[in-house]
Amino acid sequence: MSILLDRESKVIVQGITGKIARFHTKDMIEYGTNVVGGVVPGKGGDTVEGVPVFNTVKEAVEATGANASLVFVPPPFAADSIMEAADAGINYCVCITDGIPAQDMIRVKRYMYRYPKDKRMILTGPNCAGTISPGKALLGIMPGHIYLPGTVGIIGRSGTLGYEAAAQLKELGLGVSTSVGIGGDPINGSSFKDILEWFEKDSETEVIAMIGEIGGPQEAEAADYIKNHVTKPVVAYVAGLTAPKGRTMGHAGAIISAFGESASEKVEILSAAGVTVAENPAVIGETIASVMKKNAA
Amino acid sequence: MDIHEYQAKEVLSNFGVTVPPGALAYSPEQAAYRARELGGDRWIVKAQVHAGGRGKAGGVKLCNSEAEIYEATENLFGKKLVTHQTGPEGKGIYRVYVEGAVPIAREIYLGFVLDRSSQRVMIVASSEGGMEIEEISAERPESIVRSTVEPAVGLQDFQAREIAFQLGIEPAMTQQMVRTLKGCYQAFSELDATMVEINPLVVTSDNRVIALDAKMTFDDNALFRHPQIAELRDKSQEDPREARAADRGLSYVGLEGNIGCIVNGAGLAMATMDTIKLAGGEPANFLDIGGGATPERVAKAFRLVMSDSNVQAVLVNIFAGINRCDWVAEGVVQALKEVQVDVPVVVRLAGTNVEEGQKILAQSGLPLIRATSLMEAAERAVGAWKNDLDQNTRVRAVK
Repeated sequence: MSILLDRESKVIVQGITGKIARFHTKDMIEYGTNVVGGVVPGKGGDTVEGVPVFNTVKEAVEATGANASLVFVPPPFAADSIMEAADAGINYCVCITDGIPAQDMIRVKRYMYRYPKDKRMILTGPNCAGTISPGKALLGIMPGHIYLPGTVGIIGRSGTLGYEAAAQLKELGLGVSTSVGIGGDPINGSSFKDILEWFEKDSETEVIAMIGEIGGPQEAEAADYIKNHVTKPVVAYVAGLTAPKGRTMGHAGAIISAFGESASEKVEILSAAGVTVAENPAVIGETIASVMKKNAA
Repeated sequence: MDIHEYQAKEVLSNFGVTVPPGALAYSPEQAAYRARELGGDRWIVKAQVHAGGRGKAGGVKLCNSEAEIYEATENLFGKKLVTHQTGPEGKGIYRVYVEGAVPIAREIYLGFVLDRSSQRVMIVASSEGGMEIEEISAERPESIVRSTVEPAVGLQDFQAREIAFQLGIEPAMTQQMVRTLKGCYQAFSELDATMVEINPLVVTSDNRVIALDAKMTFDDNALFRHPQIAELRDKSQEDPREARAADRGLSYVGLEGNIGCIVNGAGLAMATMDTIKLAGGEPANFLDIGGGATPERVAKAFRLVMSDSNVQAVLVNIFAGINRCDWVAEGVVQALKEVQVDVPVVVRLAGTNVEEGQKILAQSGLPLIRATSLMEAAERAVGAWKNDLDQNTRVRAVK
């Protein structure tokens, strides 16, 4: 098993005719992802990388039975595209777009709550690298070959730092059940806690790795959840120990604006919840390996 | 993006928030003239800089005559105002705002923020106006009133009334308070603000509710749909290097250290800075050149990092995913031929085609220091810098 995404997932790409979307569609298909179509308003009837393009997500779902979507739409229109996916009955949506206005995301979250929980779409991102279940499917822009299939569940806010962790694991011969990018924006689709719930339930995932950073309450919320609900070992790394207060560090959400949002405070909160914290980014892999060894013993 | 107090007041007054009569001046003569135009016999002169804590730093003066205004502003113009929010370098004063003084009966704190827990707009208010919100939460936390706004319907009258009563506003002024709160929320939501702060919001002795100060920050990602707000940008208030980086699509934050960083991805950039610190150095900057790492971007990044005269070594850390390392390496080599770099450069590449990338770096003939792991890269960068310091070679003059 894996979470959110597997071989059976039928994927559409919203904004598929864009240059970058085309490139990654090809890459995802080569990885083995079951891409069944794309959506671009006004481009219905075209074909991209051998898959049909539809005018609306509803049409795409009706024609192909799609249940997952990847949003590559430019920032001014991305919120609308996510809501369209939610309304068309897509189960899982990943939004790659960086630069969506925060209040658009507030509206997206509010809109998604109009559906009862069992019919509510799961959204990860925006401003993330995507999700991969190694050896099964890739829904995003990450380089698939740095991930081995395995039993580590990864949740991360950053793209390349997540690659760094996956590459360190590969070096040690360790693989990943699913790696989920939740993105660097202040208002995001799913939090660490939301994805922890999934990994806790997943029989294939043995240990969970959280890669956090400065800003926002989500690492602290996750710590609280881990203390009370997670039985699997959790390893964490928090980036930004040297980041100054009140400055946005690249990601719109990476800014220390309240108590508990600095890296050292997050490390403290996570450690207190029983999470094993990797002291520096160079030892994320080693730390996970040693926790797995201890867990197996 | 931040804007000035006088701009925020103009924006908010368009949404029904009452502000004192005031006018902007670019010189002491103009300031004195503005006071005469405004009338009255007591004025406040306020330095317009993008930072809080202006009062304590001497940027706000109470004046009783035009001569006093002239003198006060003469001492402000052209100076750097250093407050606890500006850092030691301060912010330049090029505009002052002259306002008629109002008779204050009580001061209230009022703030609107994007609350990341509830993922909604949150109103934070306190009866202890005049103090910074951090001080209020430390010293008088029980005075803080919070309320979140349901995004589908916006701020409701009853919520605004609740806040007014919790703050102990007299019933006769409840309506004014409701109008102020709703005006701020409307401005926040229609203009894509990320922060509105009125500190203090005052109740005057003649029963008026007036915004004595105003601060607004806007969502950079939404400026495309608010050109009239984007026009309010004042580059004189920004760090020149950061402004230049932003204009070139790079995300840069200047820091105090002397090891320059060029990294792709925000999380990896922060992690790289942390590793430098762990290796015994101090990062000179945060710089995310984006996932792509094209040769043009790498060259731009070198120019930007080298424009900081404190930089004594540079660490390039690129995780090439979709972009292969060989391609990134060519970009680094090309950039270094284009840009004059007179300090040690450590390059760490990881990801796709890493061996080919290393080969290109090795064969370039450039005096690059190569590293394979993140820790090794940081240690080498710190080592190269310390080594240069010891031998007193190649070290750039510190400003």
